[in-house]
Amino acid sequence: MPTAPAGTLYRGREGMWSWVAHRVTGVSIFFFLLVHVLDTSLVRVSPEAYNAVIGTYQTPIMGLGEAGLVAAIVFHAFNGLRIALVDFWSKGPRYQRVMLWVVLGLLVVTMAGFLPRHLMNVFGAS
Amino acid sequence: MTTQTDIPTPRSPYVRRKTTRGNFELYSWVFMRASGVVLVVLVFGHLFVNLMVGDGVKAIDFAFVGGKWSSPFWQIWDLLMLWLAMIHGTNGVRTIINDYAQRDLTRGVLKSLLYLAFTITVVLGTLVIFTFEPCPPGAPAELLASICTA
Repeated sequence: MPTAPAGTLYRGREGMWSWVAHRVTGVSIFFFLLVHVLDTSLVRVSPEAYNAVIGTYQTPIMGLGEAGLVAAIVFHAFNGLRIALVDFWSKGPRYQRVMLWVVLGLLVVTMAGFLPRHLMNVFGAS
Repeated sequence: MTTQTDIPTPRSPYVRRKTTRGNFELYSWVFMRASGVVLVVLVFGHLFVNLMVGDGVKAIDFAFVGGKWSSPFWQIWDLLMLWLAMIHGTNGVRTIINDYAQRDLTRGVLKSLLYLAFTITVVLGTLVIFTFEPCPPGAPAELLASICTA
């Protein structure tokens, strides 16, 4: 099978880049999920073991990581709904470009609701 | 002369070459969309309750998990989320491996690792949800949920 030359662009623009972002966020979330099930499983070991590991999630650096993770999840969720609309809604393909901007708008709105609260929890005095 | 020549019926319907692969990829495509919609609800609910309510991530400890999993509602919620997210994620990564790993051996090895990770994670997660003891005997009371001392 002939291989495609490296570094070529498929079509660019909203369609391709949303597809790329969907893959990148999806793979990132998947690997987090594997780790997250493992760390939660420590509740089966002992309260001390679980608290020790979950404590490392409550540091400022991990707090910023969680903000990135939530942003990735929110994008993947809204863009996934956009993909379903492109596939099942008769006018979906025509509005796929507009819908990406709606997805990004909803991402900004959701993060504006989440970030202040989360960052206060992470960086605020407890 | 009435010799019959064997002419094939002109209107015999076109028969598509029989596929040997079944409809697996169709079902997988449908599953990604159906599970995706359900996961939006499950994951957003999970994030809201664990990160937005109260002190958010700072409040998560053994007692928090113990309090949640004392209720069948959150057990079922988390079990459903675990299974749907793991199948959805594994199927997504499977698609990506099929797209980018060109050699048969590379693809086989990567997918074997993927299915191994899937099995371990789903079995472990399911066991933990159902065998979890929110009030383990002998554990310090201040580490446990309030239901343990009530």
